[in-house]
Amino acid sequence: MRIVIAEDSVLLRAGLIKLLETSGFEVADASGDADGLLAAVEKHRPDAVITDVRMPPGYSDEGVRAALVIRRQWPDVAVLLLSQYVEERYAADLLAANTSGIGYLLKDRVADVSSFLDSLRRVASGGTALDPEVVAQLLVRRQNDPLEGLTPRERDVLALMAEGRSNSGIAEALVVSESAVAKHINNIFAKLGLVGGASADHRRVLAVLRFLEGGS
Amino acid sequence: MTQAVSQHRASPRWTDYLPLSRGAWRNTAFVTAGVPVHAVALSMVVASWTVMGDIESVGEVLISLGISLLLPLVLLKPLTAVQRSRFWGLLGVDLPAPPSVGRDVRAFLRSPATWRQVAYHALVGPVLVLGGLLVIVMWAAGFGLALLYAYGWALPLHSPLAMPGQYRLYTNLTLSGVLILLVTPAVATLVTRLDARAARALLGPSRAEELERQVEDLAEKRAGVVDAADAERRRIERDLHDGVQQRLVSLAMNLGLARETLTGVPDDAMQVITEAHTEAKEALTELRNVVRGLHPAVLDDRGLDAALSGIAARAPLPVKLRVDVPVRPAPTVEAVAYFVASEALTNVTKHARASHVEMALARQGDILRMTITDDGIGGADPAGGTGINGLRQRIASVDGTFRITSPAGGPTVITVELPCAL
Repeated sequence: MRIVIAEDSVLLRAGLIKLLETSGFEVADASGDADGLLAAVEKHRPDAVITDVRMPPGYSDEGVRAALVIRRQWPDVAVLLLSQYVEERYAADLLAANTSGIGYLLKDRVADVSSFLDSLRRVASGGTALDPEVVAQLLVRRQNDPLEGLTPRERDVLALMAEGRSNSGIAEALVVSESAVAKHINNIFAKLGLVGGASADHRRVLAVLRFLEGGS
Repeated sequence: MTQAVSQHRASPRWTDYLPLSRGAWRNTAFVTAGVPVHAVALSMVVASWTVMGDIESVGEVLISLGISLLLPLVLLKPLTAVQRSRFWGLLGVDLPAPPSVGRDVRAFLRSPATWRQVAYHALVGPVLVLGGLLVIVMWAAGFGLALLYAYGWALPLHSPLAMPGQYRLYTNLTLSGVLILLVTPAVATLVTRLDARAARALLGPSRAEELERQVEDLAEKRAGVVDAADAERRRIERDLHDGVQQRLVSLAMNLGLARETLTGVPDDAMQVITEAHTEAKEALTELRNVVRGLHPAVLDDRGLDAALSGIAARAPLPVKLRVDVPVRPAPTVEAVAYFVASEALTNVTKHARASHVEMALARQGDILRMTITDDGIGGADPAGGTGINGLRQRIASVDGTFRITSPAGGPTVITVELPCAL
């Protein structure tokens, strides 16, 4: 799997390259700013991009803007954003058009090597990976909408779905059985009016979308 | 500071009344220098009356009066400046500058300070000219008479003082000269004190203006201190983020990598690596919490809405957040609002046993209004608790108001109002 990295801290960039190469990824290019990132994506057409949000010259949201450009110009390149803090608007911007192949994690999560690599693989293969803190912040805003009808447990399940976890991953995180998770998910679909017709996967995406869009 | 020092130097000492003391000479020099300056001011007032000669009609009187007033007004600034430098240079008294009204003529004419200065130059001035002349004459007469014996013989015969043979009169005159010399320093000192008192009352700002200026001064200084403290927090946050945090992430990542990929490592060595990895991650979490408590970057970059939704999301109980702040307040005010919200949430979590918190922020004109309501047990003591005191102090540092109502049984409502600009 070919990856392009954009990270302005030299230390972290080197660390990421080492981590990825040791874990069987191919790092096609690594740059320290957004312009370098876009040039590298154009040149290498990687499977996925890992980019910091705050980069030179402005040290604000260069990474997010670059990610939006990549989403538009090269839709099949997955993007995993690493941020010092959670800004839900970034997540909303990124997920607005398409929820596949997008990840938004706190930078610290890199330290959890295996779960970070899982997230990267998930994103690269078209899934989503949202940081639990992103999801928690999105929940703060969603309290006067269809999601109101969900029980706390169902909310937890939906939040984990938004993080991009599979049923077994959700079951593991909540320490319940997989069939209990499936039941919760069916309840969620029912309460959100997502019944019949669409495939389970599609409904799953719709539920997450409803969750992410709700209220805003 | 200067003022305290000058007050000390200007306070009369008994030695000033001694003949030929330092104080006596200083006061004499001061009073003497005052004569020409006061005379200039005086000449402006009387100039028109003398130059115009016979003033008969009412019109001429009015014109003369007008000129008498106008001249000192036009030259008020330099006159006062000269007087202030005379006080500073010769007496060491730093008269506070009168409040400035800029170039606005109407404000200048309306200002009581203007008319107090006119009063000093036009009304007190003549008295002081007379006082100064008196001192000069007294010194001259004193020396002239006291030293009569020294030069009496040399006087021409038709001089009024040349009275050969009248030793008794000579002695009396000499003694009165000595007496005059003894008294003159006291006169100089009295005139000096009169001048100083009048100048302080009339040339400087009035008591109210002085206090007003001091309040402005203090408010400005405090705003500076508050801003500086805030900037310092921000700098520390940046330093932590750019340095320590990156290094810790890198360290934790390397340890994680070692943990995942090293094979054939003895179990106890692997356990050390695992523990180191866990500790590095914990250190990262702690660092994040420290930074959040200081001044999170998200606050600077994205404002209160984003920063508060962050702390709301991390709170262990549901927080409903409403932020309606279309125009961002001053950074220091944002920092205070963030601190208040974060502290209040911590307090609620620790003490209130609440199941739900509502946090609302709205900007109303130049006021940032924040209410935090919880459905807990209430009974929070508005006076006690370091948490609440810390809140109060931080809010007071930007002239905000703080109110808490917390009846036993709840609910607790905290209302905070902050000025948006400092």
